Amino acid sequence: MLKCRTVWRKLAPLARASSTLCRQNVRRTGLHNVRVPGHVPAAHMATRPTGGGGGTQLYVLVFGAACVGGGVYVYRHLKEDRQRYDERIASIASWQHQSAKQETTSVQKETLATDAIETEAVPESEPQAAPSSEEPSPPVPDGETAASSETTDPLPDEPVLESVPEEAAESLAEPRVEEAAGLDTAQPSLTLPSHAPYLLIGGGTASFAAARSIRARDPGARVLIVTDEPDLPYMRPPLSKELWFSDDPAVTDSLRFKQWNGKERSIYFQPPSFYITPEELSNAENGGVAVLTRKKVVHMDVRGNKVKLDDDTEISYDKCLIATGGVPRNLQVIDRAGEEVQKRTTLFRKIDDFRSLDKVSRNIKSITVIGGGFLGSELACALGRRSHDSGLEVIQMFPEKGNMGKVLPEYLSNWTTDKVKTEGVKVISEALVKSVTCKDDQLEIKLKDGRLVKTDHIVAAVGLEPNVDLAKSAGLEVDSDFGGYRVNAELQARSNIWVAGDAACFYDIRLGRRRVEHHDHAVVSGRLAGENMTGANKPYWHQSMFWSDLGPDVGYEAIGLVDSSLPTVGVFAKATAKDTPKAATEKSGTGIRSESETEDVASSVVAASTPAPAVTHKDDYGKGVIFYLRDKVVVGIILWNVFNRMPIARKIIKDGEEHADLNEVAKLFNIHED
Amino acid sequence: MTTVREEGKDKIIFVTKEDHATPSNAELVEEDPDDPYEEQGLILPSGEINWNCPCLGGMASGPCGTEFKEAFSCFHYSKEELKGSECLDQFKAMQECMQRYPELYPQEDDEVPEENASKAEQTSEEASDSAADSKSTSDPVQESNSTGSSVES
Repeated sequence: MLKCRTVWRKLAPLARASSTLCRQNVRRTGLHNVRVPGHVPAAHMATRPTGGGGGTQLYVLVFGAACVGGGVYVYRHLKEDRQRYDERIASIASWQHQSAKQETTSVQKETLATDAIETEAVPESEPQAAPSSEEPSPPVPDGETAASSETTDPLPDEPVLESVPEEAAESLAEPRVEEAAGLDTAQPSLTLPSHAPYLLIGGGTASFAAARSIRARDPGARVLIVTDEPDLPYMRPPLSKELWFSDDPAVTDSLRFKQWNGKERSIYFQPPSFYITPEELSNAENGGVAVLTRKKVVHMDVRGNKVKLDDDTEISYDKCLIATGGVPRNLQVIDRAGEEVQKRTTLFRKIDDFRSLDKVSRNIKSITVIGGGFLGSELACALGRRSHDSGLEVIQMFPEKGNMGKVLPEYLSNWTTDKVKTEGVKVISEALVKSVTCKDDQLEIKLKDGRLVKTDHIVAAVGLEPNVDLAKSAGLEVDSDFGGYRVNAELQARSNIWVAGDAACFYDIRLGRRRVEHHDHAVVSGRLAGENMTGANKPYWHQSMFWSDLGPDVGYEAIGLVDSSLPTVGVFAKATAKDTPKAATEKSGTGIRSESETEDVASSVVAASTPAPAVTHKDDYGKGVIFYLRDKVVVGIILWNVFNRMPIARKIIKDGEEHADLNEVAKLFNIHED
Repeated sequence: MTTVREEGKDKIIFVTKEDHATPSNAELVEEDPDDPYEEQGLILPSGEINWNCPCLGGMASGPCGTEFKEAFSCFHYSKEELKGSECLDQFKAMQECMQRYPELYPQEDDEVPEENASKAEQTSEEASDSAADSKSTSDPVQESNSTGSSVES
């Protein structure tokens, strides 16, 4: 600072001299201009450096001298700092044995500092960083404040710092970072990153989709996924469907299944080689996605932009995504029932649950699935299929009148229930569980209407409780109607915090506020959140879909609000002799064929079919499309055994138009074709 | 003949093939191809590549993402007669990177990177990349194909 002043003082007499020269020049040129009026307007003269050639030359000289003076000053200053730096590095090397972790944080601050702050500040911040790294409390804010305080000092020098000094400093900075990095890799490091530009809490489908989106849009992005599960991100639908139909006896280990196109794949989105380790995250040249498993985020400090894990590690972030999904709900009666009952109850959601259920189902005689929704029905069908070989008794009970009672209109729900029964499941509908007790190593389920069901094991599929543990510490709003974190149409909860997947209660511009617990929604919302985290600002627009398979006859895809309480219009293809599927032969009772013909065909069909139950309906809902209406506008569509038409369905919902005749709309789907 | 039935609030219509033979008179709102909200295909209206397109699978986001982006960008903007002929270096770098991760980028044959690039360029609706996930993307065709048949196996 003092040097600066001395330099300026030296230049001052020069400046005075130059100014008097300038004034003299002005007077001379002013006389000139007066003789030729009108050429140069008065305003011009005031602003232009009226000193002609001579004046500007002097200015250039002064400026050049200042630059050279500044350059000399900076070079001398940096040389001193280089010496100081070398000393510091030597002393740090001796500290390494004590505190490996703290060293890395100082390296991070180095890389941060070199990027963010002017070159002058860097030499100062390094020694600052070293002592602050010794402090156990969050080193990052300290390091940052230290660095920022450094910037105020060199500020007066900054205008003088142009190309030459900057280059010199940068070349210094690089070897420093390299050296420090070299020191880092020399140790077998257990050093987790203390800062992640993109922090994703939760390691499920939404999180992975977001990570992918971020990496696609922000080249070299560093993404850290923190999950309390021991597994890398995987997809859930096969856990209750395809994995159960696999012929491979080692499927519980390999977790591989066959897709619709015949190709086999793992439920893991990507093999482990796709990811980098959390320790590598800060130094990876092109960034990457790192997954920190078995760690739970317990506290979130929104103002400080950091989170705390269950092992007291703190990680700061620039942008954060909360994709914590949910936890399966349990029946209150089972919660209160005691350990023996709970030991024999499975709440199904994760890979471990699949493995344990697979094992259990092979060793018992009777299993009961409580719940008639997607998960419950799929598991019941999957277990029912197994029952053909093993003789396992599979029971499914739920309070509704039929399977998928909250989703499908009554007639279709009843039809579906019949199909589930043909899969080998004993369905007990309108069943409300009153109590569960364990007697003689068996579970006794007592229903409200007095019925008693004896079974060996229970699978409870009664809904998902969205995980909003961080709401309190983060100060995030929780929705009282749907549960989950309340976010806007762009999936943002607060600045720098987004929520996606099962845990997000978001505003759907077309359909209103909702919370969706489906796989495709997790992908769509995760991808959208990732886009918005990289600056896109797009609202939830691409409508997600969902699907379900319940045996060989029932497969459907759906989109939008599919709530059985809404009025529906279903358009089904009338069964003809040609395109009636085999299993539907017993049921069809349309006017085309006579009763006797139907009976003949039915008796000749060998398939393991149950005797035709006393059904009140004789219609075959083989394939068709069902529209769900709200105020005469189509808000939901189910494609029943009709595939490859989702884009049309999506378009109809997006339009949000009132259609007078839905049969005409149904024509767009061409349901008679394959 | 179309038969209609009502069960409470639910209406059920049965239609034969002939009933649906006449074209529909339902009116759909016209699409705006430049709508920024819509899911864009591989090439954005501005002419740039949409790296977030589900059709690319994980190509742009994996460990070889940078190499892939460079190679594909070079190919996309190439004005040569043999498109991409000046991009051999980038493609080579990409292939070398992919060989380091055989799990992620199974080497079926040497033509894999070029094949993928040209397929993706044609905006194929199927996941041309074996690293792509079928159900984890929101590609409409993939979703609608992903049901039912899986049970048939």
